[in-house]
Amino acid sequence: MRRSFKFSIMAASLAFVVAACDEPAKKEVKKEAPKAMAEVARTLDIVKKRGVLHCGVHQGLPGFGSQDAKGNWSGLDVDTCRAIAAAVLGDATKIKFTPLSAKERFTALTSKEIDVLSRSTTWTMTRDTTLGVNFAGVNFFDGQGFLVRKSLNVTQASKLSGATICVNTGTTTELNVADYFRTNKMEYKILAFEHSDQTVAAYDGGRCDVYTTDQSGLAAQRTKLKAPDDHMVLADVISKEPLGPVVRHGDDQWFDVVKWTLMALISAEELGITAANVDEMASSKNPEVRRILGVEGKLGAAIGLDAKWAARAIKAVGNYGEAYERNVGPNTPLKLPRGLNALWTNGGLMYPMPAR
Amino acid sequence: MAADKPTQGVPAQSMSRTPWTDPTVRSYVYQASLLALVVSLFWYLADNTFQNLARQGIASGFGFWNHTSGFGINTTLIEYSETSTYGRVFFVGLLNTLLVSSIGIVIATTLGFFIGIARLSPNWLIAKMASVYIETLRNIPLLLQIFFWYFGVLRALPSPSQSHSLFDAIFLNIRGMQFPAPVPGDGFWVIPVSTVLGLVAWALLAWRMRRLKERTGHSVNIHWLGLIITVALTVITAMKSGVPLAWDVPELKGFNFKGGITVVPEFVALVLALATYTAAFIAEIVRAGIQSVDKGQKEAAQAVGLRPGQVLKFVIIPQALRVIVPPLTNQYLNLTKNSSLAAAIAYPDLVQVFAGTALNQAGQAVEIIGITMMVYLTISLTIAMFMNIYNRRTAFKGKT
Repeated sequence: MRRSFKFSIMAASLAFVVAACDEPAKKEVKKEAPKAMAEVARTLDIVKKRGVLHCGVHQGLPGFGSQDAKGNWSGLDVDTCRAIAAAVLGDATKIKFTPLSAKERFTALTSKEIDVLSRSTTWTMTRDTTLGVNFAGVNFFDGQGFLVRKSLNVTQASKLSGATICVNTGTTTELNVADYFRTNKMEYKILAFEHSDQTVAAYDGGRCDVYTTDQSGLAAQRTKLKAPDDHMVLADVISKEPLGPVVRHGDDQWFDVVKWTLMALISAEELGITAANVDEMASSKNPEVRRILGVEGKLGAAIGLDAKWAARAIKAVGNYGEAYERNVGPNTPLKLPRGLNALWTNGGLMYPMPAR
Repeated sequence: MAADKPTQGVPAQSMSRTPWTDPTVRSYVYQASLLALVVSLFWYLADNTFQNLARQGIASGFGFWNHTSGFGINTTLIEYSETSTYGRVFFVGLLNTLLVSSIGIVIATTLGFFIGIARLSPNWLIAKMASVYIETLRNIPLLLQIFFWYFGVLRALPSPSQSHSLFDAIFLNIRGMQFPAPVPGDGFWVIPVSTVLGLVAWALLAWRMRRLKERTGHSVNIHWLGLIITVALTVITAMKSGVPLAWDVPELKGFNFKGGITVVPEFVALVLALATYTAAFIAEIVRAGIQSVDKGQKEAAQAVGLRPGQVLKFVIIPQALRVIVPPLTNQYLNLTKNSSLAAAIAYPDLVQVFAGTALNQAGQAVEIIGITMMVYLTISLTIAMFMNIYNRRTAFKGKT
């Protein structure tokens, strides 16, 4: 009995060794052909089958992704996810939100913990090429700025030599600060916290002189300070921060779904479609409106969705302008002007690709 | 026939001629195939991982080690700038972790022994206070304690322009504690070298005296002589070389102090939190160790005429150490691993700076986390090895 047991272990292990040696050779051959078909359709099918969209968001940034006291999520990035859920699943509430820190966001995406990352993530070449992710567009054009106490009597970023700066670790902010201070030959001390709440708390407690992040983030976090009026955002913008939703490499169909859902919201603003008039606009004579709302053409089928995909998205969160006004516009505590985020017809950078 | 066949599972002498019935040969074959199984299992896992990474377009390999990091670090024990490589980031983080861990271990052990002994004091108040300390600190999560020290205590410190200062050279404020930094000139090195020589001479003398005491029973207090030699050597070299030492005194310029050495409050908060937390556990271990010593030992020592302090020092603690050292090692390992919570308060230790910022910028999670795990494993195994050596040397042969 014992002898045959040992013998079978030995045989099994030898077989395994042989198989393992063969694996890579076989994998190379099989990799190319069926993968092309299998990978492309995967995430969309998985999300549809699961019935819930897994969305990665900020841990708490007012205006972009934050929870209220009852646990309801709101924000511009959250609305992007709601639009995708409405387009794909038909229901903007079928979302599971995963709050992520800057450090863990990309790993959460590539390890399939989330389907889409909508978390004020800057589109850079390194991230796009080496992290295994794709940026599906820009939903907010931003730039990095500085928040200082008014009592320091500093009006320009160039006067910040020798300051202590609080940043969030794992962000482009950290790198931009280093670049800016090095180029201008200024000294600085940096404190990099993992959680943005601690960063703000340390700045508020006086541990740092300066808090730096995207201008929209500065406006948002300022509302959380003990005395928001004691602080001011400097006018200097030291970098470009185009923020947008992110998906994994290797799934072109899902990439298209996210990209065109965002684009549909911006097109809706350009064409005058709002959440209120979506149903009426279905009887419009404008060919582009008819194509987007699915009355004509096969745009929905082209990305694996039904004809009413964009209509549902617009009905759920409004067009881009409405979402902007509701979350970060002049009537919100953030009071951000449209600026670069206005439509191209109004001098901004929001330029939706033609829906045809 | 039955006499020829060897019994199952006995790695005895080879009684047969044919290889497959020879138990020694068989056992080698089983071992070899099991080794092959384990090796191929790991190789398969690694291969699979790298293939999946390549398929998803995530960079892999260790090329990132020589890429420029691009970010700054505020507390470094070695030279570092934004143009340094990720490899240097690793060493900066590693040194910071080792610094926090070693200082934390020293403070925790001292404090832990003190409180553990206090817990057993016949004085009711002291015993109760020690008890309260132990119970409170053991039951509050470490992260909360770190936040308490950092955010709670920090608030009490003033801004740089209103620092508490000592002799106008040492300053305490919310940015940390600033000391003057020694700037050694030419030829300064002879002074610390002579101090070290003096200490070596002291150690040699002490060793000789111990040998003498073991052989003849006489004991001479040689420590005074050792101290005099060390101090004399240092002073003589100092006078002859003229002390070529300049001081870089911190000065308030603009936002912060420039010059001198700064000890950041993150470091202090982390060390204090780790040390006080681990000390509570060490105190219980010490108490257990002391109580494990036979009561008769204490009574015999008192009967011989030793004072309570001497009883502890010469009789109880040496025997208690055999029970204390293994769990004490465990606490040291815990402290080292807990230092990775530094990320929560922006202290640039290995996890925060290498497995945090560097990981995010370079994107190669598998390699970086693998390296970090190896580092912690090595540190833990090293501490455990030293403790095992000590353990073996202090174990009584034959006693359970």
